[in-house]
Amino acid sequence: MQSLSALLSAGTRRQGCRPWPRAILEAGDWSALAAHLAQGRFTLVSLWGDADAVHMALLDEATGEAGIATCLCPDRRFPSVGRIHPPAQRLERAVQDLYGLTPDHASDPRPWLDHGRWGITAPLGRAAPAAPAAPYAFLAAEGAALHQIPVGPVHAGIIEPGHFRFTCHGETVVRLEERLGYVHRGIEGLMGGASIEEAARLAGRISGDSAVAFALAFARAVEAARGIAAPARAIWLRALAAELERLANHFGDVGAICNDAAFALMLAHCGVLRERCLRACDIAFGHRLMMDVAIPGGVAMDLGPEGVSALRALVTTARAAFPELVRLYDETTSIQDRTVGTGIVKEALVRRFGAGGFVGRASGRAFDARRVQPYPPYNQMPFSIPVRTDGDVNARIWIRILEIEESLSLVTRLLDTLPAGPIQVPMEAGPGEGVALVEGFRGDVFAYVRLDGEGRVARAHLRDPSWFQWPLLEAAIEGNIVADFPLCNKSFNCSYAGHDL
Amino acid sequence: MRHLLLNSLLSGPLTEAAPAADEIATLAASLGVAAQTRLGRSLAIREVDAGSCNACELEIHALSNAFYDVERFGLKFVASPRHADVLLVTGPVAKNMAEALKRTYDATPAPKWVVAAGDCAINGGVFAGSYAVAGGVEAVLPVDLRIPGCPPSPVALLKGLLVLLDTANSPASRSGR
Repeated sequence: MQSLSALLSAGTRRQGCRPWPRAILEAGDWSALAAHLAQGRFTLVSLWGDADAVHMALLDEATGEAGIATCLCPDRRFPSVGRIHPPAQRLERAVQDLYGLTPDHASDPRPWLDHGRWGITAPLGRAAPAAPAAPYAFLAAEGAALHQIPVGPVHAGIIEPGHFRFTCHGETVVRLEERLGYVHRGIEGLMGGASIEEAARLAGRISGDSAVAFALAFARAVEAARGIAAPARAIWLRALAAELERLANHFGDVGAICNDAAFALMLAHCGVLRERCLRACDIAFGHRLMMDVAIPGGVAMDLGPEGVSALRALVTTARAAFPELVRLYDETTSIQDRTVGTGIVKEALVRRFGAGGFVGRASGRAFDARRVQPYPPYNQMPFSIPVRTDGDVNARIWIRILEIEESLSLVTRLLDTLPAGPIQVPMEAGPGEGVALVEGFRGDVFAYVRLDGEGRVARAHLRDPSWFQWPLLEAAIEGNIVADFPLCNKSFNCSYAGHDL
Repeated sequence: MRHLLLNSLLSGPLTEAAPAADEIATLAASLGVAAQTRLGRSLAIREVDAGSCNACELEIHALSNAFYDVERFGLKFVASPRHADVLLVTGPVAKNMAEALKRTYDATPAPKWVVAAGDCAINGGVFAGSYAVAGGVEAVLPVDLRIPGCPPSPVALLKGLLVLLDTANSPASRSGR
């Protein structure tokens, strides 16, 4: 069987993309790669547009080998990957909306991010004034006893906007269809032509709960493009910020999932732990959500002794308080009754979609970017990756619980081994192309960056883990009752902002 | 569970003191007295994410945790604009959200007030100038109060919302929108 690099070598190798190679393929070789994806040989990491080309990043999970294929689109069309590999469908619809590049024979030609509100079409391609948009056609579900429930984009809670169209038979959901794109801010458009500093600020504001993960992915992609490495102390501080972000979000999620089954006591206690975590981050890094901490070349600020004590105190407090909350969750039958067996996602589906984070790991896919594409300091620091196979809401809670314990341990070890030295290397202007894969709290964040020679970003693409998790939520809720949707949805906790970009 | 409840009972509340009156005076001056007179001691808030990165929502959520306990001030987040006095709007107003935001406003009974929370809601923030954003809440709705920050901290949000409450013995004058 041919390796990924052998398949890519059929095309013209582009020099300079690091650390993953990039090759320009003929349409036939591009389609052959799509067939390998459909057979499950490789995992689709992302698919994104460019001025006159479309790219896709692939990963061979068995060997860790990764690469990028490019298909030139002189006639503004490319062979659809989504036609035979559904995980690419929404990405292709986004390419069509933003760049005006059309996937040939696509199984779903509807727009995705473009709701007909921008006044133009193909804003990042050959932009043209838009004609009035046709109403969005939701997929049909037919039957005399079926009824529809439209929800959103403005929801009842304090959450992000998106539209859910439920078709139900009595209380049972027979089809959920998501419609996203409401928080599309045109970030990839703003990044093109921006200075590296401006683009880094934008990266940290793609999804506020993953400010560190996105900033880190962007920073590492820029560093790869320029062939530089951040100093050891910066690498440790970034990892510290990334683990604190994971802790804060997991504390919040465990409480919020239980709250969606009306178990408010967990929310109250987990909310306290989350707040303590954010306050420690504020002391340590000067910002509760640690925005603009990780920057290309290192970190923006050093960690002082006061920060170290705040973080150590946080670990002590959490270690004392959290086990009792876990017991409370595990021993309360009324909450278990809601979470066990609810919203099951099958292993075959998470593998097919390459779903990362707790969604993948709760359904048997032991994927973690820190392990599969090891980056420092994780390549020098043993840690365990919890995996379950039951794939329900309960399993997604438990993955978070176990990851909290792991991250608390990592924070302590990172503090114990924090190297001395500089926290930044200067970024000199120069061309280059780089990618990075970083494990955020929600899953793997992918970044691709191409720099021009003057210290500006020519093209940047950042792919949120939610792209491959949102479609599985539609599968998870099927056959469940409407009242369990909030529970399922919160256990996925997909990002709207990260996905809509 | 009994052990946990008992501990919570014995350890005392985590809830912190309210921001001092003089800290909110500056913001209060920007608002005018009508809102304060109208709203008295209670405020129903409908939060609308109009294209935020979700950081503002996380900090608005934090207002309900034990440290800030926003409900002790009579501030309550409600599920429907029909029940709201105030729309708390975040984000640069993505063009894809502009109509939903306007319709939420139209569904809110008068008198009503609009708070723009966060730098994006005030002027588009880092997203200003994009083809996909309107560039701040004011591009779509009349704004009564602005709370800056990226994101505003829970304390900053709390101070801003307290301004809307009856903090002074102000005379009744014009009615709200």
